Amino acid sequence: MNRFEWTNARSVDEAIAQLTGSAVIKAGGVDLLDRLKEGLEAPERLVNIRNISGLDFIRDDARDGGFLRIGPLVTLANLASDPTVRRRYTALADAAGHAATPQIRNMATVGGNLLQRPRCWYFRSEQFHCLKKGGSRCFAREGENQYHAIYGNDICAIVHPSGVATALVALNAKLELTGPKGKREVALEEFFVTPEKDVRRENSLGANELLTEIRVPAPTEGTRSVYIKQREKESFDWPIADVSVALSCKGASCSQASIVLGAAAPVPLRARQAEAALAGKTINKETARAAARLAVSGATPLSQNAYKVPIFEVIVRRAILAAAAGSGGA
Amino acid sequence: MALQQDKKKKSTEAPASAPTGEAPVPKAAAEQAKEAADKAPSKQTRAVRLPAGIVGAKMLEVEREIPLDEPPPLPLNAELSVVGRRTPRVDGRLKVTGAATYTADVRLPGMLFARLVCSPHPHARIRSIDTAVAAAAPGVRAVHVLDRVLGNAELRDKSKELPAKYPIVRFAGQPIAAIAATTQAAADEAARLFKVDYEVLPFVVDKDDARKADAPLVFPGPADQAGTAGGGGGPSGVPQKGNVRGPVRGGPRGEPRGDVSKGLAEAEITVEAEFRTQVQTHSALETHGVVADWKPDGLTVYASTQGTASVRDELAEIFNLKKSQVRVITDFMGGGFGAKFGAGNYGVLATHLSKKANAPVRLMLDRKDEHLSVGNRPDSFQRLKIGAKRDGQLVAIHLESYGTAGVGTGAGCAGPAQNMYECPNILTEEADVFTHSGPAAAFRAPGHPQGCFALEQAIDMLAERLQIDPLALRDKNDQSASRREERRVGAERVGWSRRRHKPGADPGTVKRGIGVAQSVWYRFINLDSACEVRVTRDGSVELLSAVQDIGGGIRTALAQVVAEELGLRPTDINVRIGDTSFPSGPASGGSMTTGSITPAARNAAYKVKQQILEQLAPTLGVAADKLVMREGRIHAQTEAGGAAVVADATRSVTFRQAVARLKTEQVAARASRSDDYGGFVFKNKEGDFGIGLGQYGGVQFAEVSVDTETGIIRVERVVAVHDCGRPMNPLALESQINGGILQGLSYALYENRILDRNTGLMVNPNLEQYKIAGPRETPQIEVILVEEYLGRNSTDAGGIGEPATIPTTAAIANAVYNAIGVRLHELPMTPARVLAALKRASGKGAAS
Repeated sequence: MNRFEWTNARSVDEAIAQLTGSAVIKAGGVDLLDRLKEGLEAPERLVNIRNISGLDFIRDDARDGGFLRIGPLVTLANLASDPTVRRRYTALADAAGHAATPQIRNMATVGGNLLQRPRCWYFRSEQFHCLKKGGSRCFAREGENQYHAIYGNDICAIVHPSGVATALVALNAKLELTGPKGKREVALEEFFVTPEKDVRRENSLGANELLTEIRVPAPTEGTRSVYIKQREKESFDWPIADVSVALSCKGASCSQASIVLGAAAPVPLRARQAEAALAGKTINKETARAAARLAVSGATPLSQNAYKVPIFEVIVRRAILAAAAGSGGA
Repeated sequence: MALQQDKKKKSTEAPASAPTGEAPVPKAAAEQAKEAADKAPSKQTRAVRLPAGIVGAKMLEVEREIPLDEPPPLPLNAELSVVGRRTPRVDGRLKVTGAATYTADVRLPGMLFARLVCSPHPHARIRSIDTAVAAAAPGVRAVHVLDRVLGNAELRDKSKELPAKYPIVRFAGQPIAAIAATTQAAADEAARLFKVDYEVLPFVVDKDDARKADAPLVFPGPADQAGTAGGGGGPSGVPQKGNVRGPVRGGPRGEPRGDVSKGLAEAEITVEAEFRTQVQTHSALETHGVVADWKPDGLTVYASTQGTASVRDELAEIFNLKKSQVRVITDFMGGGFGAKFGAGNYGVLATHLSKKANAPVRLMLDRKDEHLSVGNRPDSFQRLKIGAKRDGQLVAIHLESYGTAGVGTGAGCAGPAQNMYECPNILTEEADVFTHSGPAAAFRAPGHPQGCFALEQAIDMLAERLQIDPLALRDKNDQSASRREERRVGAERVGWSRRRHKPGADPGTVKRGIGVAQSVWYRFINLDSACEVRVTRDGSVELLSAVQDIGGGIRTALAQVVAEELGLRPTDINVRIGDTSFPSGPASGGSMTTGSITPAARNAAYKVKQQILEQLAPTLGVAADKLVMREGRIHAQTEAGGAAVVADATRSVTFRQAVARLKTEQVAARASRSDDYGGFVFKNKEGDFGIGLGQYGGVQFAEVSVDTETGIIRVERVVAVHDCGRPMNPLALESQINGGILQGLSYALYENRILDRNTGLMVNPNLEQYKIAGPRETPQIEVILVEEYLGRNSTDAGGIGEPATIPTTAAIANAVYNAIGVRLHELPMTPARVLAALKRASGKGAAS
């Protein structure tokens, strides 16, 4: 690990002002420390934002068409246990509650979770100079790719690591980003960057921008959301497949469906065909099964990860049925 | 917990780590031993009657000759007050409060921190090394480049390879040098500046690719694993072609038995199947490491080791020191599964650095080094054929296997096939395949979990073909009385007849199943096992031995043994172990620690007791042989008729009062482990290693659920029934069995060293992507101990480390088959493999 300067920002403006050169933001420090220790990054300065007051809040302004507002420094543990989030944004609470380990959830922030770098083992090892690090090849495509992408993997086969992101995309969340010129709002779904656009990055956060708020629109009456994470083991494991489903139902009929796959592609992936297939339908075993099949149609698995396709199909189906039944997923 | 094998000293020891058939246990050894005992000229022994058999099944008494200076037979546990009782670890509080000093915690004045420099290439020749930049980095005090790599096999004929200034790199992660600096960060940074010019060479990391005629050669000629105390390793001098060494033909006790082709021809039913197992890394919580402190008058090394003596011996040899000049200390140890017997390259490097810098040097490996360079369980391919008569009688077992121990040897896995079942025709043919990957090391029952995975599934397959209950088939072919009892007890506990159904018969998508598998292990004894017991006038009692506690709880067992003999409590005994300046202790491997060292402890405590009682007898006016120590007091025995001993309270003093009257400040006695009463099956030439009669058994039942849609296997319950002679501390035994089951479960479902096929580099050298079972994977575990007496030594205790893990994986595999009706032939049993197997089966079903 290189030597670096450490600054404690006391305000958002101060943090932004300190983001010069190769300086990086440090919130929970969970992902950042891993990267520093492996030598993937050698920033000259860490800007610690943990001490900035006013970034650790969960505020429910959703009643009159407003938003559930989540500060970026809210820990995954607090997000998972917040009563409002649990009740009305269940997929989000479950996604936060199933990340990593209890210890990590106590340290990791929701902002850091959304902005974390991929867990691809080639990317994570300094020994592999892959496309993401300015190299000339993706080692996973022809290598050991059992945990890699089954969609959008023709340039770089990472999967987006954040389960929380799948839930927030399914719930149509927006981000408030603050930079030197002020604030901007961007839909989370638009925030992520595919390898086609820029293989070096996973999102469009500017070099001197700070994520300052996550806004989740109020769910319409009768909306229920479910998150299912399928991993090889239950203690501390990344998903081989995860999915967030939000269904807005009027009576037995589904008016709108959001289905977002995680661990499937370099970005959280909306299963549009499956969503369309459910709109206006009564949710039952048959419609859920048909939608799940559509959710995995067109997958382009690599040499070792075709097994993920049927697993996605199963958990999408289960999540749809769980959301319709109003029972939990994960 | 795995077998130590110091090949230089003991070239012929164990079937366990020499599964290639090297272990030629002389067939008539037991008879010879007996004859030798009978012919003993002057009588050094006396005849006693000892309990023998299984409590609750069949008990009897056997008469044996025992050495004159050893204590009388210890009664059954039910009649004892300390031994056999559930006893909390005497060092438990130190451990949970963080006060226990592990090697990684050692801090000496002026201590430097070191970092390894390892090869990033799997195969390379080093053209040059430039140490100057690293040596000039801030804080750096010493740099040392290795001139020989421990752990790798070496060419038999060195002239087969062009001379090289530095060792040829044969795996990614091979240590090249180390740097010592004033802080760990400084050492880490300097290591990045270390310049090595590599000529990168072609490599092969897949064992199947390595068998091909045009594969890059790991060694350009036959190679053997040099003798180190590092454990693992196969026999020397084996024929080699390309990267393939062997096969070595073997059978029970070394040689093939009978004629396997004839046996197969006579079989009425034959099952044949292929199995594959993966490479597992040891992944002990505490990584390998030392703090080396070179001083003009000698070397002191704090080591995370399973063998204080083997580390001392290796360092003394390498640094040309007398053994008495090297002191190795292991106060507490954060786990070892067979890869921590030797000094290791890190230990040698740290010692060189300490010598150069004239300061203590701490070198603890990081997790990546740990995965890459200090050992692993070899993988295997096994083709197993079993022939039987229609009534279930086995007539032939034929195992062909190959596996890679990387740049090491010893990938055999025939132990179970050779030794578990009675069968007239047994042939095993095991080959090693060299690949450019880290050397294997002994790993908790070398060869056995992988061998069991194949054998016990094949037995299950045979039972199904024969329409015989798998337990009944085992009853028919298994000579072990302990396993027979364990099957009976375990089946009852798990509800075998009630819960077992036809394979795949459970309705629904999540299917449950139940399976069973057995263990086979051997009674290894290290005769370099000695203890000193000291009693001081203030009433304090110490036990000293070089033996180390690697987590199994030997510190507590020793306290129990001494406490039992002296009528005290375990917490009254100060057990000082893990230091080579104390009497010799055994290495902790081969499940032999308890069986080797507790008799020595009892013998020493008995001697001390005799001395104390003899001094005390005149003051009490009672003959020494009429005095007993019990419940913290010394009693005069007033009535000695029969087994009952009645103490006379009027003639009793406390232990403390009594020893206050000793003539000298301290009374001490030292004793060693003697040969087993009745002799050994095998004893080595040097006389420091023996194999006792009989075997350890162990039977485990697993209940699993399998989600047939996601392929996820959950182990819900394990019932483990084990024997280990006289149970010393059931609490610690249960703990060690729990650990064995969890390690086996983790091996069955998750653990896998994954090497990138294109670069030869490990992609998961951490504990995040190298997956290990965690708290939520822990099944309900029910341990049942079978209390077995053998009458073989003064405590009659045995070991459990290895038997506890051998059958778990196979039991889970058999349970998975019972659940889904499809057999998994490859480890780990991942969702990908479960789904593929189900798909193949449904395809077959549709076709037929």
